[in-house]
Amino acid sequence: MAHYKPPVQGKLSQLIDVIVLVALTVGALFVPLWLHMAGSSKTVASPVAAPTWEALGQNAVQARQYEALGYTPETAHDLILARFDYSFTWSALVVMIVVIIAYYVLMLKFSEAEYRDVIAEKFDGK
Amino acid sequence: MADFDITSKVQDGMGPHGTKVGLLRVLGPAHVWALGVGIVLVGEYMGWNFAVGKGGAYAALLACWFAGILYTCVAMIDSEVTSTVAAAGGQYTQAKHIVGPLMAFNVGLYLVFAYTMLEAANAITAGYLVSVVATMTGYTGALDQRPFIVLVIMFLAWLNYRGVLATLTFNLVITAIAFAAILIIFLSTSGIVGGGIMQHAALFEGHELPYGWIGVLAAMHFGLWYYLGIEGTTQAAEEVRSPARALPFGTLAGIMTLLIAATLTWYVCSGVLPWEFLGDGVSGSVAPLFDTARLSGSTGLVWLLGFGTLFATLASANGCINDASRAWFAMGRDKYLPSWFGAVHPKYRTPYRSIVFLVPIALIFALGAPLDQVITFSILSGLLEYTFMPLNIILFRKKWPMGVIKRGYEHPFHPLPAITLLALCAVTFFAVFLGYGTQLVAMIGFYIVVSLWFHFRRYRFIDRGAQFTMPWPRPQGY
Repeated sequence: MAHYKPPVQGKLSQLIDVIVLVALTVGALFVPLWLHMAGSSKTVASPVAAPTWEALGQNAVQARQYEALGYTPETAHDLILARFDYSFTWSALVVMIVVIIAYYVLMLKFSEAEYRDVIAEKFDGK
Repeated sequence: MADFDITSKVQDGMGPHGTKVGLLRVLGPAHVWALGVGIVLVGEYMGWNFAVGKGGAYAALLACWFAGILYTCVAMIDSEVTSTVAAAGGQYTQAKHIVGPLMAFNVGLYLVFAYTMLEAANAITAGYLVSVVATMTGYTGALDQRPFIVLVIMFLAWLNYRGVLATLTFNLVITAIAFAAILIIFLSTSGIVGGGIMQHAALFEGHELPYGWIGVLAAMHFGLWYYLGIEGTTQAAEEVRSPARALPFGTLAGIMTLLIAATLTWYVCSGVLPWEFLGDGVSGSVAPLFDTARLSGSTGLVWLLGFGTLFATLASANGCINDASRAWFAMGRDKYLPSWFGAVHPKYRTPYRSIVFLVPIALIFALGAPLDQVITFSILSGLLEYTFMPLNIILFRKKWPMGVIKRGYEHPFHPLPAITLLALCAVTFFAVFLGYGTQLVAMIGFYIVVSLWFHFRRYRFIDRGAQFTMPWPRPQGY
């Protein structure tokens, strides 16, 4: 294997590389947001029609702290009753596991091939 | 054993590119501590409380301690490797020498995105704080927070541009004040000094584990926020006077500081604020320590924790700019990114182009995305990085066994910390999946695409042998 001599990258090519990387980065965060697929929103499963602290499941100390924070039973209703839904499908979990493992396998496999070239050139002077 | 001695007290230029025209070696262990704790301490002032929302107060405490174990493993592993690979780029440079170029490229991106997103989250919080202060001082309108967000990022980027010593000395001072504020509010509200206001039993009554044990798992997602960023100490490797001593000392002192701060923060906030309010970091408690101070009835504590929160956000954003720019700079210097980014300022000796370039990226996220999404993006990048670390240390010990190269620090009980870290990362992946599975898949999809882009396009511009810059012997098995 001859000593690898990388090509010199032009300014325009460098600029394109940066734009591609930034576009991918912004896309990774904002596309799920734009598609309303991001995050886990909380929902109120059983609203209370005429909320009181007792009806919201708050004891005297909890109610007093809410009042000190400026809340009333009406304004604290959603804050107190909203819950996450942690139900999931096993198929979705399997997909996530496969994606994570595939990612690391891909990366380690390509890295290993590149690393052998690096070591050969560094220590064998190729 | 190699001639190169990382533990030398007289030999300079331990970084692969020497110090004659590179970054300036001016930092000590206290700066390393300030960098690590400064980045992270904001996690006690905001963000950790999403863990309460995920599973209740007890779940957040368990997450705090399990995440503490995770980060103790991170600190131990990092201290050994980085005290040997003492170069800018931190884990990126470690991966380049130990695992391979593509892994290094990915790790470099994890670092940049984890820190840039954290910087954006800090700027959002700073903007919120300004609006709260405006309301408290009589302003009745809806304050536009965006100019303050922009100002925070621009000011700190300017500070970083001008020099690392002033930047991290500034961090040291404001981080110490923010940490002292946590100690003071603990002492003055827990009953140790003066009357206590803690009401844990009454506040937890009926809400001990509102989601059951799955809530404990879910809380691990934001449990990372208590400590995320401590691994950033390694980015100072090329700018500390004695990396073999300063980096392990600063990193391990940092994680000890944070374990104390995180537990005290949980204790203080959960003993005063109802869990539903505390756990909602968007509509409820954005800054829980500050809210706790408000309920303490002490004007002095309100001001102290107000300044503490502001200082913590500034220290964190400041450290994040420092770390993200070093990682970006190191990748530019190696041509993993356009080499234009690998320049050092001729006068200030800082990676100025990288600092400036990352400013608009941070602004895009700070101005365009909600806080929990930005935090999640940062946590996910950090989580991918922590998953790399066990692989890194196992390969490091295998390729250069003990005694082959001199290490500044040797972490005990190998491979137990690596296995523990890997197991806790798996738990955290599941926690993220429970609430933010779409982002997780989108993010890994992003890394797969950029990995292919790097391997098939970008890698052609990179010197092969020149990437290996440490004066080590040939790795075993190659």
